[in-house]
Amino acid sequence: MPAKRTPARELLFGNLWAYDPAPETANGFIAERYGLFINGKFVAPKTKKYFDSISPRDETKLTEIALAGPADVDAAFQAAAEAFKTWSKIPGAERAKYLFRIARLLQDRAREFAVAETLDGGKPIKESRDFDVPMAAAHFFYHAGWADKLRYVTPGRTLAPLGVIGQVIPWNFPLLMMAWKIAPALATGNTVVIKPAETTSITALKFASILQEAGLPPGVVNIVTGAGETGNAIVDHPLAAKIAFTGSTAVGKSIQRALAGTGKRLTLELGGKAANIIFEDAPLDQAVEGIINGIFFNQGHVCCAGSRLLVQESIAEEILSKLKIRLKTLRTGDPLDKNTDLGAINSRAQLTRIQELVAAGISEGAEMYQSSCALPGKGYYFPPTLFSNVSQSHRIAREEIFGPVLSILTFRTPEEAIEKANNTPYGLSAGVWTDKGSRILQMSTELKAGVVWANTYHKFDPTSPFGGFKESGFGREGGKQGLLDYAQLI
Amino acid sequence: MSVTKSRALRRLFDDIGTVDQVGIDERVAKYGTRSIKKNSKVFGLKLACSMVDLTTLEGKDTPGKVASLCQKALRPHGDSDIPSTAAVCVYPAMVKHAAQHVKGTSVKIASVATAFPSGQAPLKIRLAEVRAAVADGADEIDMVINRGAFLAGELALVQDEISAVLEACGGSTLKVILETSELETYDQIRAASFLAMRILRPGDFIKTSTGKTNVNATLGNNQVMLEAIRDHYLATGIEIAMKPAGGIRTAKQALYFLVAVKETLGDAWLSNSRYRFGASALLNDLVRQLVKEKTGAYQAPYSFSESSSAY
Repeated sequence: MPAKRTPARELLFGNLWAYDPAPETANGFIAERYGLFINGKFVAPKTKKYFDSISPRDETKLTEIALAGPADVDAAFQAAAEAFKTWSKIPGAERAKYLFRIARLLQDRAREFAVAETLDGGKPIKESRDFDVPMAAAHFFYHAGWADKLRYVTPGRTLAPLGVIGQVIPWNFPLLMMAWKIAPALATGNTVVIKPAETTSITALKFASILQEAGLPPGVVNIVTGAGETGNAIVDHPLAAKIAFTGSTAVGKSIQRALAGTGKRLTLELGGKAANIIFEDAPLDQAVEGIINGIFFNQGHVCCAGSRLLVQESIAEEILSKLKIRLKTLRTGDPLDKNTDLGAINSRAQLTRIQELVAAGISEGAEMYQSSCALPGKGYYFPPTLFSNVSQSHRIAREEIFGPVLSILTFRTPEEAIEKANNTPYGLSAGVWTDKGSRILQMSTELKAGVVWANTYHKFDPTSPFGGFKESGFGREGGKQGLLDYAQLI
Repeated sequence: MSVTKSRALRRLFDDIGTVDQVGIDERVAKYGTRSIKKNSKVFGLKLACSMVDLTTLEGKDTPGKVASLCQKALRPHGDSDIPSTAAVCVYPAMVKHAAQHVKGTSVKIASVATAFPSGQAPLKIRLAEVRAAVADGADEIDMVINRGAFLAGELALVQDEISAVLEACGGSTLKVILETSELETYDQIRAASFLAMRILRPGDFIKTSTGKTNVNATLGNNQVMLEAIRDHYLATGIEIAMKPAGGIRTAKQALYFLVAVKETLGDAWLSNSRYRFGASALLNDLVRQLVKEKTGAYQAPYSFSESSSAY
């Protein structure tokens, strides 16, 4: 494609027709205080301690959450081990009934859960409403379907449960990550002790009420809340047959060290620094849309976010100018407003980390462009940010920022694109944009990433396994492969 | 096959780039999640009213029908807060009847011409039709492109014919109907948009469809054409206007089309000199919603004429 002429005019995205506030008014039904969910009941923590849960939207206190100590975690494991005796023996079709019931109840209460998720985590209501909650329900439906068909996963063998699974999940998709963890574990006959992230425990605790409503036998799922200490107590507990962790690479490594020699199984879904690769023959406007979706979905709090943009040199200028135009209509603000595209950053700590890495980008000489949108006065917000002239050695090209910050690099040939894309300790996902089908196939085999999206980005489905290469972890979630990580073949 | 015809479309794509259908459909689905409330809703509804080309294109059109259409265009409802439409759109034979009612008002007279809707008549006859409509007082001419020539790869012929019609228009505004459903793919819609825009004057229109096929204006083909207009504008500074036509029947649909305009081309295109709706039933729903916003209640159906062929 010949280089385009430089834009002669500007487009005006002003306030001629401003959208009025359109807040979601449904009630999230958040209790004033939450205990631990152990053996089918909410109980007070033995530590007698509670911590505040703050909404990143406006820094108000939403609720108090129990802090689980080692004794509480032990009680949860004892309950899970007791429940395992019967849960692992009942027919798969019976387990399926519970999972179907959970999925339907989640759909019934979708709006309430979406509001709670947005208040608790800061993500835009349209994402929690259209993605997180429906996708969480979809994972329960999918795995419910497997529960009575475990003999058909692998020819000639069947799947047997492992025992009690200890699970620790992150704050970026609280309810969805919980569904990813619990659904396959239960379908294969395991019982669970799970810890949501300390900043986003509310939907997990609300989910406990769904488990009660579904009549799930006590002890099959136990939810303990707290920070890193509580997580350590889960990882170290002798009754854990397996640990499943989603979160940062640093913590993942320490878990792997802790588990060495214990015989416990482990799956890790860790960080990423995905390359989103745009070739010059790509449909540019749709590629721009994919880039925007790739990095600004959930404020960039996505381990598979397309945070490293690799653009063929001949179209770099045009892509940058199209991105800048697109940024003008991206709406950052109150996550409860239905027209908000980017909500609040999950926590003050994360906001500080993003600010620090952006400062590093500037001081290392990359060129920054930020959208000029007005941000709310209270709460944790960061405007969508682009960095051009980024090179491989810059921190913003190497470290996971986990925020709405895109680093733009260029390449000249497909080989260079592959080399640059793979030049990272991570390997979770990648994107390829081109009109040439054969190039898609070539790239998908040479990119060292668990997921390669072609001419799209951030597409998820319960039937499709998700997981990483290298320091992005091991093990798969979703699909047939995901089941195998929660079972032994017999 | 002539040298110029060979792979002409492929060479055009090398210049203007292609479109990904899945990506476009995903993008426009997001417009449908915008929540337009309160004042912004009223503003959008009034804006949409002012952008309607109130249309009647039937074999049974009569001077009397056109007269009542013109009255409706001038004053869509008893409430004087509701603006007049941008234009009335009629067949060439009806232009002189429409002129008796709206000439000298803000409502323009648009006429379809060039053997609408098929365009399958000799060029000489199509041009004569355009000249006749202009002579009778048409301010705007809605022409159809030669889809047969386009699909046969005769791109130069398509452009030559648009040029000839443009000349026949004189001072009247030209709207070029691509008939998107016959072009079928978003790629071809983008290509045809560029063929037309490269000839048109600032303020001339490209238009989705005749309203006479199964699929007419959609958010998808609207988006492809808006992006083509944007790219052409940024490259040349020439402002081309846009008219989706056919299939937009509800106020809600119209608001989503306007959201697409706002978020693709910006404020300068939120005006009836740059954006129009080719529609008949739409106006009644816009009025119905505006009255509802004002009074807080939906009026009885007989408060508005429900049938698109009765005003």
